[in-house]
Amino acid sequence: MSLLRRLAQELLHGPRTIDGPVADPAGLEELARRIGERAQARLGRSLSIREVDAGSCNGCELEINAANGPVYDLERFGIRFVASPRHADVILVTGPVTTNMAVALQRTYDAAPHPKWVVAMGDCAIDGGCFAGGYAVLGGVHHVLPVDLSIPGCPPTPLKLLAGLLALLETVATGS
Amino acid sequence: MLGNMTLMEFLGGGRAVPGHRPWPRVQLDERGWRELLHQMAISEWTLLGLWGEGKEIHVALRDDADGSIGVASLHCPDRRFPSLSEVRPGAIRLERAIRDLHGLIPEGLADLRPWLDHGRWPLAVPLAGLRGAVPQASPDYSFLPVEGESLHQIPVGPVHAGVIEPGHFRFTCAGETVVRLEERLGYTHKGVESLMAGRPVAEAARLAGRISGDSTVAYAIAFARAVEAATGAEAAPRADWLRALFAELERIANHLLDIGAIANDAAFGFLLARCMVLREQILSFNETYFGHRLLMDRVIPGGVAVDLTREATSVLRTLIHDLRKGFKKLVAIYDDLPSLQDRTVGTGIVHGSLAYRFGAGGFVGRASSHGGDARKVPGYPPYDDLEFAVPVRPDGDVNARVWLRIEEVQASFGLLEQIIETIPGGHLHRPVPTRGGEGMSLVESFRGEILMWVRLSEVGKVVRCHPRDPSWFQWPLLEAAIEGNIVADFPLCNKSFNCSYSGADL
Repeated sequence: MSLLRRLAQELLHGPRTIDGPVADPAGLEELARRIGERAQARLGRSLSIREVDAGSCNGCELEINAANGPVYDLERFGIRFVASPRHADVILVTGPVTTNMAVALQRTYDAAPHPKWVVAMGDCAIDGGCFAGGYAVLGGVHHVLPVDLSIPGCPPTPLKLLAGLLALLETVATGS
Repeated sequence: MLGNMTLMEFLGGGRAVPGHRPWPRVQLDERGWRELLHQMAISEWTLLGLWGEGKEIHVALRDDADGSIGVASLHCPDRRFPSLSEVRPGAIRLERAIRDLHGLIPEGLADLRPWLDHGRWPLAVPLAGLRGAVPQASPDYSFLPVEGESLHQIPVGPVHAGVIEPGHFRFTCAGETVVRLEERLGYTHKGVESLMAGRPVAEAARLAGRISGDSTVAYAIAFARAVEAATGAEAAPRADWLRALFAELERIANHLLDIGAIANDAAFGFLLARCMVLREQILSFNETYFGHRLLMDRVIPGGVAVDLTREATSVLRTLIHDLRKGFKKLVAIYDDLPSLQDRTVGTGIVHGSLAYRFGAGGFVGRASSHGGDARKVPGYPPYDDLEFAVPVRPDGDVNARVWLRIEEVQASFGLLEQIIETIPGGHLHRPVPTRGGEGMSLVESFRGEILMWVRLSEVGKVVRCHPRDPSWFQWPLLEAAIEGNIVADFPLCNKSFNCSYSGADL
């Protein structure tokens, strides 16, 4: 019975998702809506992302999962993470790209249809971060794939991730 | 038992190495090492860690009878050492890694396939310091042979369907039933140990906090404590308490995500959503009052980098109250749903004997009767001044690992409340003296016990650092847990283990 009671409470309480369109200092909702509109204009549909952990410490993955969670709820804006690169518009890469992951990363990219973009998420993915110079890392996604956008941070917060995806779409819209 | 002795009695026979703190380290000759193997076979000594250094091999052990801890070392001039794998199966992957990294050959190890080396590094045996060594390993990997009628294989990974770390799982199935799972890891190997060497302590501490991002606080504490031990320094007292505060916040945040994610893998997304809302409250609090959502770089050698302000204390008090209330309701829901428990009860059973043989800690060990918590034994401040229970369960299934986490979250709430009430004032940080030495620490992360070993040079740089993630002794048990279960239950089992890829791949 407690689940029913809980669900009833939820209905009365309303969503836990962050709202507050303009008043929100970080402008989350506005930001995300703009991403959604851009994706629609460019792709005629939602933005699908395939994430590849190319040797991260798993900090970035925690924040991506947070962005997917009910508080940030990316999916309400038409941004979603997909299981297969075949369904992806964006390959979102974390980690310094270990030599052991380079082939898998390349194959995942190759499996995604055109047009596609690559986002390097986190300091490691940009230039290897604190793992740069090691024998087992290539030191950034650009060593393997053409990077369209970098989102700095260790790890980037969910809001920064969202802001980064917007920047990507800006680039795509104006640059091509 | 005939011929049995305590670990300390045994190590007393070796040549003591000065400057190793806080536990003794002794040098053994090959005969002594073989005697050690013999003693391990008949004693309750838990393997804590096994690592190489140049042409030397070190093993850390704990005598479970009296809790004493010690390190034994063997110099192997011909790059060979008698393998521990027969007396401690947890050593198998560690020895395969040592062979890859140091080129030290474990004599008697049955499985000589490379582990971390996928044949993609530009150099061979990277930690051996050999010039011009040519890479030996090939990118091809031979999985264990499988024979039988109507068997089929399912290869999964290294890129998984969800947003998780990379690793490869090779399932052999008869119909829906998994006959064997073989893991192949090492994809996230970044060469952390090599990167640590030669770095100043402060820089290495940053790296230590990124060995496994979800356990950043625990790793940072482990590294700081090992450095403090090596230099004979002590952290500022208030810092010890703040470290525990950060560590318990980290534990709760991770357990919340795990509990939710396990339910989600049993198609009950509601619990994940609710757990993530609770988790986010902690992360937001961390960001507002400590400056980082995951608390990276907040623990530094000598102390901590950030204080708990008066305002933060009062907000945290309310937060704990709210979390407690919210969590209690979620636990009631889990407890009240037979359809969810139908998936978790009796699924992915790890037998206590296996947990014991592999020395598995954390919720994986404790859900299978294998107790032990580094906060209790050997213990470290401030936990000796705090009261908390360490739950242990016998069932060993997914359900037991869920309940273990539930009880640990509740214990951590209690710890946070005690910390807030009794935290002493004073400085946050004491300078760490620039001094050489060897130090070791054991720190309980949300996942289990982390071992950290460092050797510092006289100018305060890291000469050798070895971090041993709890997952080393948990990953092999996942292969056993899934046996006889259906493929669809693997995500559930895997999530209930939630082993670290990055932490164990180094």
